[in-house]
Amino acid sequence: MIRRSFVLDTLIDLVIRTALVFSVFLLFSGHNAPGGGFIAGLVAGITLVLRFIVGGPDAVRSALGVSAPGLLGGGLAIALLTGIAGWLWGDAFLESAKFEVELPVLGVVKSTSALPFDIGVFVVVVGVAAAMLSALGRDEGGDS
Amino acid sequence: MIFVLLAHTVVALAAVVLGQRLGRRVLLIGALAPALTVAWLATIWDRSVVVQSVEWLPAIGLDLGFRTDGFGRLMVALVGGIGLLVFVYAWRYFSDRADLGRFTAILVVFAGSMFGVVTTDNLLALFVFWELTSITSYLLIGYDDESAPARAGALQALLVTGVGGLAMLGGIVLLAQAAGTYSLAGVLEAAPTSGPAVAGLALVLVGAFTKSAQFPFHFWLPGAMSAATPVSAYLHSATMVKAGIYVIARLAPVFAPLVVWWRPALVAVGLVTMLVGGWRALNQTDLKLILAQGTVSQLGFIVVLVGIGFAEATFAGMAMILAHALFKAALFMFAGIVDHQAHTRDIRRLDGLGSAMPAVAVAAVVATASMAGIPPLFGFVGKEAALEALVHEPAWWIATAGVVLGSVLTMAYGLWFLWGAFARKPEGTITDPVGPGVSRPPTWFVLPPVVLVAITVVAGVAPVIADGMVNAAAVAVDPLAATYHLALWHGLGLPLALSALALAGGYALWRRPLPGLRALTERLPEATDVYASTITGLNRMADRITAVMQSGSLPIYIGVILAVAVTAPGVYLIGNWAVPDDLVFAESWLQVITAGIVVAAALGTIFAPRRLGAVLYLGGVGYGVALLFVLQGAPDLALTQLLVETLALALFILVLRLVPTYFGMVQSRVRRIARIAVSSTVGLAAGAFALWAASPADPPPIADEYLARALPEAGGRNVTNVILTDFRALDTLGEITVLAVVAMGALALVAARLPDSPESEEES
Repeated sequence: MIRRSFVLDTLIDLVIRTALVFSVFLLFSGHNAPGGGFIAGLVAGITLVLRFIVGGPDAVRSALGVSAPGLLGGGLAIALLTGIAGWLWGDAFLESAKFEVELPVLGVVKSTSALPFDIGVFVVVVGVAAAMLSALGRDEGGDS
Repeated sequence: MIFVLLAHTVVALAAVVLGQRLGRRVLLIGALAPALTVAWLATIWDRSVVVQSVEWLPAIGLDLGFRTDGFGRLMVALVGGIGLLVFVYAWRYFSDRADLGRFTAILVVFAGSMFGVVTTDNLLALFVFWELTSITSYLLIGYDDESAPARAGALQALLVTGVGGLAMLGGIVLLAQAAGTYSLAGVLEAAPTSGPAVAGLALVLVGAFTKSAQFPFHFWLPGAMSAATPVSAYLHSATMVKAGIYVIARLAPVFAPLVVWWRPALVAVGLVTMLVGGWRALNQTDLKLILAQGTVSQLGFIVVLVGIGFAEATFAGMAMILAHALFKAALFMFAGIVDHQAHTRDIRRLDGLGSAMPAVAVAAVVATASMAGIPPLFGFVGKEAALEALVHEPAWWIATAGVVLGSVLTMAYGLWFLWGAFARKPEGTITDPVGPGVSRPPTWFVLPPVVLVAITVVAGVAPVIADGMVNAAAVAVDPLAATYHLALWHGLGLPLALSALALAGGYALWRRPLPGLRALTERLPEATDVYASTITGLNRMADRITAVMQSGSLPIYIGVILAVAVTAPGVYLIGNWAVPDDLVFAESWLQVITAGIVVAAALGTIFAPRRLGAVLYLGGVGYGVALLFVLQGAPDLALTQLLVETLALALFILVLRLVPTYFGMVQSRVRRIARIAVSSTVGLAAGAFALWAASPADPPPIADEYLARALPEAGGRNVTNVILTDFRALDTLGEITVLAVVAMGALALVAARLPDSPESEEES
């Protein structure tokens, strides 16, 4: 087990939470402002690096709760299903659709089917970061 | 027809789900699929042609066009009817095992694919179904996946039929391009005979020959005998191996008169196959191998009949397709019963089994008699029709002679099979005998083949029953066949004399098996050896290429990749060199300063003695570039660059733990120069590209169009993101797929390198 510093842990935790909120913001605002699934995924991936720095591979794994292959497959599935949905309800594979929903607090929300696709991209990018950390971050010698 | 295909899918899925719970009864669930096929066939029985079409990929002319005519009905009857019996038989053949659900599902998928092959009118769809039968055949032969011979036999069958399938795909494209349509009926109507079309025909024939186990591709069929016997009875005698014959029979009436080599080629291949298979059958001691070689022989016979392209011979070929399916599927099932009860199918051990299971023995005798062409069985009716047809074409006397010789062999190996399976052998010739003590098989086990034998008898005594079906099948491919009908008694004539000659000759050959000739032929090279040396040669070549390509040296890999990446576009660049007219040194001092930082960091990377230092300098280059993006007003790009740089830096540092702290000195002078040359060329080329890309290009940049369409069409104001998730979403999908694959590869590589680590087990 890595020796952990309480101060560092708390600070990094604060940073990570802020960064994750920012990441989600980037994900949802991406269609109209700088951001998007790829960028948001990178931000979330970097929070995993921070976790890794303070807690090692175990911290990353417990923070995620899902295995890296699960994220990779899940993200791909989301993107692919969006594409198939475009096929079924539109004309072509990955054909996008615009829609408006009225939500209780937020009022009228406009979105497009590019959003779920972008969420898929986001999940895959986080999965890549997690996979790389777990592949490269193993402790040689084994006393983790 | 699409409904039948969908039903097969549903049944296959159900079999997978229920496999664990039902044990071997899951095979009865599987039987629902062929039962449905039979029911569907009954509803369309009296309609001459049934057509149904659904668009699939209109862009390449692929639609799911179905067209069932008389020939299709005959084939569907085999797929459904024999399929039904095989499922019932398999239910008794297997003991309960956990993976029978998988087996049933694959067998159902095969039945559906085979149904597709014989009902589709679209040549591309035909190819897809065709390949599906190859793949399911592979899975079924290799079902017993812990047995090395089963795996080898499965792979061999897959490679041979797979190569043939590819040849056929090429042929289909050539034919369809020449005919201007991918519809089978359309191609036959257009009957193109241009050079490419004829080449296409030849390729399609190669595919058909591999599938129907024609010489010199016949060897995979005996190799496939490691499959469970229900599979051999269904795929490798009654249906799948008839797929090639199905295609030949469709093409022959149209192309045999038009293409000069067609008749000689088909007759030669068919006859050689018939004789080689028949002769080899005589040399086998495994019941199933006798039948497999016999099947090769009979398939050659049918290829002669349907390939020669005369209406009467085509008609006889249809009768033989039916007759062969009836008696050979039954014989395989009997061989399976013997194997199941006696636990061996080696005729050097079976002794006096006829007294232990007399009913089976009698039924097997009848089926064999039909195969040999003994009246009044359906095999005789078919063979008489065949001889009659061939005798009517005196120019092709060689085909008649070959078929008679082949029939001699058929009679001989038929007797060899019966004697080997059921007879009491002379004292002292048998070691470790298995015989009279064998228990009787249960009724449901024997019933399916007995049903087939009963049909053989009834259709032989009263050929009228089968005549409508066979006649309709022949007319569907050749309207001239309408005047021909099946008959038990053709009158005293040459065909009857030839039949008698074949029977007598076969009996004589079985009594005196020509040991000299046998020894001679055993020294001939077998097609299996050719196959084996081809595979060995391919593997060796692959080894050599891999040894050259995958040297294991990272600098060489990177050098090659960079050199290729620069050379190909670099040549284009030199030919089309252009520089922007309004070239400005810098727009602001900030740019100059940032660029200076980037250059300094790049130099630092080169001269850093420690790897960590080099990586940090490299990060500096990246951040500097990100800053340049910010100054140029490209926040998306800058953000991405910044984040990628950070992540890459972190991962880089993780990797650094595994390599030495300091760079080693490259000792060889030549290598140093080579490295410097590669890296400076890449740097110069990259710079030149950047400069050139800014010059006004001839076609207007696509950016304007994207900018104009982003908000109204995709509902987004961030064009970069709209491009990624909408305009070029398919590219993005491809890219994230690559990312995922690379990440999985990295995980797998590390897990493979550290087999003992508990983490690697957790990860997988």
